[in-house]
Amino acid sequence: MVEFMLPKNSRPKKGKTWPAPTGAANTRTFRIYRYDPDLSDNPRIDTFHVDMDTCGPMVLDALVKIKNEIDSTLTFRRSCREGVCGSCAFNIDGTNTIACTKPIADIRGDIKIYPLPHMPVIKDLVPDLSVPYAQYASIEPWLKSDTPAPTSERLQSPDERAELDGMWECILCFSCQTSCPSYWWNGDRYLGPAILLQAYRWIADSRDEAAGERLDNVDDPFRLYRCHTIMNCTNTCPKGLNPGQAIGEIKSLLINRR
Amino acid sequence: MADISRNKRQLRSNLSRVRGLGSTREGVHHWWAQRMSAVALIPLSMWFVYSLITLTGADYQSFHAWVSEFGNSVFLVLLIITLFHHAQLGVTVVIEDYVHSEAIKMAMVLVVKYGTMLFAASSVFAVLKISLVG
Ligand code: SF4
Ligand code: FES
Repeated sequence: MVEFMLPKNSRPKKGKTWPAPTGAANTRTFRIYRYDPDLSDNPRIDTFHVDMDTCGPMVLDALVKIKNEIDSTLTFRRSCREGVCGSCAFNIDGTNTIACTKPIADIRGDIKIYPLPHMPVIKDLVPDLSVPYAQYASIEPWLKSDTPAPTSERLQSPDERAELDGMWECILCFSCQTSCPSYWWNGDRYLGPAILLQAYRWIADSRDEAAGERLDNVDDPFRLYRCHTIMNCTNTCPKGLNPGQAIGEIKSLLINRR
Repeated sequence: MADISRNKRQLRSNLSRVRGLGSTREGVHHWWAQRMSAVALIPLSMWFVYSLITLTGADYQSFHAWVSEFGNSVFLVLLIITLFHHAQLGVTVVIEDYVHSEAIKMAMVLVVKYGTMLFAASSVFAVLKISLVG
């Protein structure tokens, strides 16, 4: 549903300002969204000052440092700390990206960190992603083949394999998914850029034999055609991928098969 | 979004909700019609704007004569049909984007579809009247 204002109980208010570390010469200010489901209180924006001389270069380093040294209740997801797991996606400095590959030095002024937009928040920076995960399951992201399995690998020429470039790299961080206004307004029915990129990843796989069925499943005014080529997805992808183009490819395949 | 996951009283799984009633398998038609009508509108509206410019300052009589010319009437009818068809397709998408109550959505889409049909029919009729009856 279109919501131009956050519901009353979701509007963030001014939170706690934690004291700056003593004796630090080089600090940066972090403003971080906090929400505690155990309190019946609105979310708040806490202010932290981090000593850059003893902090790693990435936004995730600062979050870990804050959790270790200032407020251990700060809650966020992370795992690989090198841009391959997709856990640490937040809205950082106004755009969605993964914290572990986002240099603090790239941000001017205060560093604002919010959860991925327009998702229910579980706690602090942790959004509820169960709907996009279900949407991912709905495109059946596995190889489908009726040809009996060969005794060795299923072969693919280098050219066929190259078709998957720009898609296998996706880490399902959902930065693109939650940057898309169409997904905000119609996320219950629109599959969203991350899922459509994955749908195309299987349609384009030369070893897969279910392209027609996969196309049938997205040929829908909401599932696919809520994409209005806004391109926030491609602009925001921290891996430099192009979900907008993948969606365009699906649309042209649907034209081609007519 | 996520009225789906927020609605705690329903125990239906997220996958079941996301699959919903399945794919309509007819999204491509609307999208393609919108693109094709847009392409057709490029030369038609260029012709129309060009004609209007050449008619700047013309009096009623010469405008009337211009409309009743065979080629001009044909192109005007094509322009009117394509324009209103395209407009109707586009506005329908906007309504689907922003209006989420099924009843209001259906009512608005009907108003848009019948409204554009009414405008298109009266415009076409006006052109035909000028060109056939004079
Ligand atoms: S396409 Fe990019 S932004 Fe979207 S989920 Fe994959 S890695 Fe993340
Ligand atoms: S921690 Fe794995 S992508 Fe950032």
